[in-house]
Formats: sequence, structure tokens, C-alpha cells
Amino acid sequence: MNVNFKKRMLTPDTQHSSTLMDRNTWRKKQPWVFIAICFVMLLLPLFVTQSSMLFLLTNIFILAVFAMSYDILLGYTGIISFGHAMFFGFGAYSVALSLTYIEQAEVALLVALLAGVSFSVIVSFFVGLLSLRLKDTFYALITLAVATIFLVIAEQWRSFTRGDEGFNFTAQVPTELFGFINLIDRQTVYYLAFLFLIVMFLVLRQFIYSPVGRTLQAIRENESRVSALGYSIIRYKLISTIVAGVVASLAGMMYAVSIRFVNPFSTMDVDVTIDALLMVVIGGVGTLYGAIIGAGVIEIASHWLMGMRDVHPIFERWVILFGLVFIMSILFFPAGIVGTVREKWSKRKGKRSSQK
Amino acid sequence: MTMLQVRNIETYIQEFHILQGVEFDVPEQEVTVLLGRNGAGKTTTMRSIMGLNPATKGDILFQGESIRELPPHVIAKKGIGYVPEDQDIFSDLTVQENLRVAKRKENEKTEEREKWILELFPDLKIAYTRKGGNLSGGQKQMLSIARALVNETPLLLIDEPSKGLAPIMVEKVMEALNVIKQTTTVLLVEQNFRMASKIGERFYILDEGRTVHHGQMRQLEEDKELRQKYLGIA
Repeated sequence: MNVNFKKRMLTPDTQHSSTLMDRNTWRKKQPWVFIAICFVMLLLPLFVTQSSMLFLLTNIFILAVFAMSYDILLGYTGIISFGHAMFFGFGAYSVALSLTYIEQAEVALLVALLAGVSFSVIVSFFVGLLSLRLKDTFYALITLAVATIFLVIAEQWRSFTRGDEGFNFTAQVPTELFGFINLIDRQTVYYLAFLFLIVMFLVLRQFIYSPVGRTLQAIRENESRVSALGYSIIRYKLISTIVAGVVASLAGMMYAVSIRFVNPFSTMDVDVTIDALLMVVIGGVGTLYGAIIGAGVIEIASHWLMGMRDVHPIFERWVILFGLVFIMSILFFPAGIVGTVREKWSKRKGKRSSQK
Repeated sequence: MTMLQVRNIETYIQEFHILQGVEFDVPEQEVTVLLGRNGAGKTTTMRSIMGLNPATKGDILFQGESIRELPPHVIAKKGIGYVPEDQDIFSDLTVQENLRVAKRKENEKTEEREKWILELFPDLKIAYTRKGGNLSGGQKQMLSIARALVNETPLLLIDEPSKGLAPIMVEKVMEALNVIKQTTTVLLVEQNFRMASKIGERFYILDEGRTVHHGQMRQLEEDKELRQKYLGIA
């Protein structure tokens, strides 16, 4: 009998114990990797002084939070939404409208926070209640319909929302919020957006490892089984849609603070939802930090491809190239970047341990 | 006292009339076995009791209360545990997480029950931090039973626990079921007649969605002709 085969017969669980060890080692290393990344990101503005680069990174942080909110729906509950951007829009518009119509900046931002969050809770609750009792596809269609209604309202109610021209509220953005925060300063907004990303990541991580989060993952895997264990599926799905809606709304608020301009198409259009979906799929569905990586990849790629327009006329059609890259990556890396790396890592370690 | 009474239920799956009059009683502290050939309606009967394929006619009484029109999560909360045919382990969750999800509430009672379950299935203790998807077939079956038992479960429905398992695993599952039946009423669907006859006290035979015969398991063991007629085994 082959010696290696004998070894495997004697220790049938080698591969498992090695992957478990890898997972444990990775878990031990995780906080250090996290701290190192935070450290680099905190120091970055000291070396990168280009405003456009800081703007790009700020955008990545904010869209990463938006993508994470989509991952809660898709990756952790198994629900597809085509209208998730409406929550992003609620947040963005609540900031734009509050800063425009309320004089004192602190009060305006507090009103925006309360209005954006409560409106998102109400809408996600009723949309979920209407559609989640049926098949999940109905949720996708109803969110699309409701998002379209809000898009049309934002576009048509010109006296209040200024229609498709949108708001430019740079003049209203506070330069001395609470006496010391200058929201016009790109570096300050960068740090705020980064802090926002870190806080939301930790909150959502806590959420997915909570009993509710575990139940949602179980629902994603097998709904009827969870129901037979005594859980009301609709209640848990509603929790998921509300959490995702509120987080998307918060991302929308941060986006408005950073961009200082909102219009219906840049915040509520179905394209914005599709972007979040792609960020999650490319980064890795159901991994949370895959959404951050996906946001980074997509934002940097689109920024780079747009810049290439000056190099060759073919890059005028950069969106088509972008689409091709997406199709290729979904065909060849269906588990996304994080998922593929995880698979390769555990396979490699499994091979190594069986060779020993 | 009768724990579960199934009264002439009829169930459709889409346009197919699967159950056309199933009825039986499950007495308390006994193991009742549902037997029948493939397609007789055994699994649909279990799913109808759980409300996963609700019966359209007849009635299902659990501890004297009708549960036919209740949703599955309410039926489960009333104290019916269900171990499905294909185990349905949450493959992305660890054994520990699978048990935690099943617990619904974490308190002293469920902690104690988990300890008892891990003593009953030592294999699960060893694989405690392993993901459900990485378990062997036998371990998945144990986990599926463990999940159903982790809450207070007066009635346990088990659908084909020996299906696809190696003989050594069948023995382990059987040993565990012999312990479980001392404290829990069991309704068992089982194709493996040897296992069914070792555990069960009474049987009901289903054929083409109807109850066609019932009696004490001892009688069936002695009646070759009946076994041949309805189960196709000598």
C-alpha cells in the first residue's frame, strides 16, 4: 500500500483539521491585518495630496458601505433587490434637503439622520411586508417598482427637489460643524468616510454573527427547514431588509456630504443598485469584506478606464469594456475575489497537509 | 393517551393528489412507524403534519389541538421536532451554529439538552466547530436529529434516518433512537425494515396515499405475506 495513502487512512481528518487550523490562524491574524490596513489608510492622506485621489478613496469607502448593505440582503439572506438604491437616495436627499431648508447645520444634519433612517425603516418594512410573503422574486420586482415611483417623485416635484437638475448645496455645507469639523475639506471628509466604513463594518459584522444573523444565513440556505425549526421567516426577512435599508440610507447621507450634490439619477436609479450588486458579486457574495474589495475594484477600474479615453478612442466606449470584464469575472470567478481566494487557500493547505 | 391524531387527511402538491385519506394515531411514549413503498406518501404525510405541504382536508390533532391550518413555525413551537429525509443541514454554519439556530432561545434548559445531545452523539462533539457541509453523511444525520431535539420536543418526526448511511452509522443512529424513545414520542418513516422493527412498537402501512393496514410491529415481523404484499420484502 502506498505510504501516503496509509497515512491518510490513519488520519482521515487531516484535511479538515488543517483547514480548521488555517481558519483559526487566520482568525488570530485578522485583527492585526485589520489594524495594519487602518494604519495605512490613516497615513495615506499625508502622502497622497491629490484631491482627486482622496475623492476616489472617499467614494470607495462610502460605496463599500452601500455594497455591504446589499450583501446583507443578497449574501446573508438570499434576497435580490432591484430597488435598493432608493434607500441610498433617501439618505442623500434627506441631507441635501435639510441643509438647503434648515439654516443651522447641526440641526439640519440631525433632522436628515432622523428623516433618512425613519423613512427607510417605514418603506423597507411595508415593501417587505407586501412582497416577502410571496416568492423572493416579487421582492425584486416590487422594490424596482417602488424605487421607480420615488425616482419619478424626485424628478417631478421640482418645487421641493429641484427635479432632475438636482441640488448643488456646496454653499450650505458647514465648514465649522460643532465648531471644528470642516466638511468642505477633502481630507476631513476622507477621514470621516473612513471612520464611517470602519464603524459600519464592525456593526454589520456583529450583526451577522448575532443569533439573528445566523438565522438569516440559515434562511438563505433552506427556508422551509428554518420554518420547521420554529422561526417566522417573514419576521427575519423583514429585519434583514430594514437593516439593509437603514445602512444604505446612512451611506447615501455620507455620499451627499462628500459629493455636495444630489440628483435622482445619481442616487436612486436602478443603475446604482446594479453597481452595488456587481460590487458584491465581484468581491464575493456573503463575505462582507468582499463588498469592500468589490467597491474598490469597480471604482478604481471605472476611474482608470475613463482616464484611458485620452489614450485611445476605443476607451470612449469604456462601459462596454467594463461590462466584458464583469462577464468574464463572473464566468471565471463565480465565488468572487474573496470566495476564490478562500477556496484556493484551503485547497492549497489541504494538499500540503496530505503530502506531509 | 394519544399524542398525535391524523384524521383522513388529503394533500395536493401542485395538481397532484398525493395523500387521499391518510389516518393514524401516535400514542404517547411509543415509536410508531410509517411503512410503504416509494411514492406511497410517507414523506408528504410528515410534511403535512409540519405544515410544509398543508393538508387541504381532514384534520391533524396534536395533544388534542388541531394544527392543520397552522404555519410550520407555530407547529414547531408547539413541540414537534422534524428530521427531514435529506437532513437539510445548514452547510455554511458549524455544528455549534446549527445547534444555536435550532435552539431559538438560549437558556439553562437548552444548554442542558445540548449537553445531553452531545453525550448521545459524541461524533458531533468532536466535529463541533466544523461546518455542516464538511460532515460525513452519518454526522449530518446526527446533527439533523440533534437540532430537532435541542428544544423541548414531546413529538419527534423522523424521515428515513438510515437512508444513504453506512451500516456502522445506521447502528449508531439506531442506538441513539433507542435512547431518545425513552423520553420522546417518535413517528418514524423507515424503509429499512430491520431497523424499523427493532425500534418501532406499532406500524401503519401507506399505499397510494392511503392508510391500508396497521397493527403491532410484532405481527408484521411474523406475517411474511403482508410484508410481501405491501412492502415487497420477504
